[in-house]
Amino acid sequence: MTGPQNDHWLVRPGTIRRLWIGFLAILTLLIGVDLAVDRHADFGVDGTFGFGAWFGFLSCVALIGGAKALGAVLKRPDSYYDR
Amino acid sequence: MTASLAIPPGLVLIAAGLLLPFLKGAARPAALLLAPLAALWLVWHVPDGAALHAGFLGYELTLIRGDKLSRLFATVFALMAFGGGLYALGQARTAELVAAYCYAGSAIGAAFAGDLITLFVHWEMMAIGSTVVVWCGGRSGQAAGLRYAAMHLLGGVLLMAGIAGEVVSGDSIAFDKMALDSAPRWLILAGFLVNAGAPPLSAWLPDAYPESSWSGMVFLSAFTTKAAVYVLLRGFPGAEPLIYVGVFMMFYGIVYAILENDMRRILAYSIVNQVGFMVTGVGIGTEMALNGAAAHAFTHIVYKALLVMSAGSVLYMTGKRKCTDLGGLFRTMPVTAACGIVGALSISAFPLTSGFVSKSMISEGAAGQHLAAVWFLLAAASAGVFLHAGIKFPWFVFFQRDSGLRPADPPWNMRAAMLLFSAVCIGLGAMPEPLYALLPFPVDYVPYTASHVLFQLQLLLFSGLAFFLMLGWLKRTLTITLDFDWFYRRLGRRFSAGLDDASGKAWERLVEGIYLGARRLNHALHRHHGPEGAFGRTWPTGTMAFWATLMLACYLLLSAL
Repeated sequence: MTGPQNDHWLVRPGTIRRLWIGFLAILTLLIGVDLAVDRHADFGVDGTFGFGAWFGFLSCVALIGGAKALGAVLKRPDSYYDR
Repeated sequence: MTASLAIPPGLVLIAAGLLLPFLKGAARPAALLLAPLAALWLVWHVPDGAALHAGFLGYELTLIRGDKLSRLFATVFALMAFGGGLYALGQARTAELVAAYCYAGSAIGAAFAGDLITLFVHWEMMAIGSTVVVWCGGRSGQAAGLRYAAMHLLGGVLLMAGIAGEVVSGDSIAFDKMALDSAPRWLILAGFLVNAGAPPLSAWLPDAYPESSWSGMVFLSAFTTKAAVYVLLRGFPGAEPLIYVGVFMMFYGIVYAILENDMRRILAYSIVNQVGFMVTGVGIGTEMALNGAAAHAFTHIVYKALLVMSAGSVLYMTGKRKCTDLGGLFRTMPVTAACGIVGALSISAFPLTSGFVSKSMISEGAAGQHLAAVWFLLAAASAGVFLHAGIKFPWFVFFQRDSGLRPADPPWNMRAAMLLFSAVCIGLGAMPEPLYALLPFPVDYVPYTASHVLFQLQLLLFSGLAFFLMLGWLKRTLTITLDFDWFYRRLGRRFSAGLDDASGKAWERLVEGIYLGARRLNHALHRHHGPEGAFGRTWPTGTMAFWATLMLACYLLLSAL
């Protein structure tokens, strides 16, 4: 089960490739289902095609970008307060 | 008043806690497990309305007042004490458990407090109990505990000042909904918000909680902030400033957690984030939003405790907290990893977990009031929760890379506590009706609609896609991110060091000045009065005779005139 050449099946490159394929298939399916489901919308924009998908993705990109920018200013070595 | 009411439910936990040091053998785990269950039983026997009065300094106190809101919070506090007690059975430091049970009992007492003075007493007991829990975390916990105590004493002073103002202005001391129309009420709100982890003082939470022991943080994560949510729900529902405070807390928690390397600090930041959702719900103030905030507090206590238990198990087994030291633990800690993932999915409000059925009511409340900006911010923050807690925590701790660590799962009681709370998370997610029945207002809400489930799945899974595509940017580094505590840990220290330096120099100069002055005085005295001085030296007889002759001559001259 352990050892570099015979590691856990979950971390073998083949498994990881299959996980990615499965993940992308689920994502595509979720977008596809959007056409079939009568989406409830309160504000207009939230009724656009695949709203949850693009809004979630863009929010995360913006949050990671924002965090990175804040980190550039406020990051310090973790021994900062010990000195 | 029935017989069972003579015992306030919180008191059972406090009494059990204080007895712990004297219990040996099987009595100790029995007390740890039975006291929370007894408290839970008593909680459910508190009737509606005021049930226990006492007089204090001429004030009529309402020690116990029951309604759905207080029972909801007291129930989850008791449940939490049971889960925490089970998890902490092996904690050798009895002082921590004594403090934790007093802390939990005080939280239940606060939930039933019918007036502001009773509330304040329980509030301060919670501050003391939680400080001792932090202190039991070892050396780093002691320094952090002092900072924690200072912040909570500040919050207590604000609350006390507000309550005193309220009493002086002649208003009733009953703890009910208050309009934000006077300075004392703003002070009370500020006191509540300090405990909620609201800006600008939110840094106390990620500073102190992660420094407690592996079991200490499980208790800490539950009571202080959620008791603050409870008092906001009761005292200030619909207060508009809370919407802005809550939204700020949501994003503050996400951004800081994204940058964080320490797994327990990630979870601490995410407490602020989650309380932000609740505070926003309280600010929106409709029945739907208030129900959402209350339900979210309930589910949050359980899944956050589960996450902290999972992290605590890793800390207990490996002694490590940093993501840069961890990774690949799923191999040998399958139960801990699985339970951590259940907690992570619940906090992310994944369908079929408890977060899904509670958080969505807050968004629904925003939509009901046509607060478009708030609704979109809540959705963006939900995506961010999956990012910083839902994937980041399990990924960096249990997967990521092989750290080479091969710890086993923790002892049975810790696994049992995690499995119990995992079952609650999934159970409430699949069947929310029992939770909805406990909420303060009647629930007219169906979480599982095709539209809602699809939206949430798209939101979360595409956030997951963003996480894995941007993994390079999320790589952990040995860093911390400066927060408001910099002002009192660095600037304040520099200021005091500068003051110390300046006052030291001023003192030196003063001493030197006095010394020089004294020397000059001594010198002058010596010159005039010393052996060689004009007044001190021995004068020759001739001089005397000369001056005497001169004086006599003058006298003669004057008398002749």
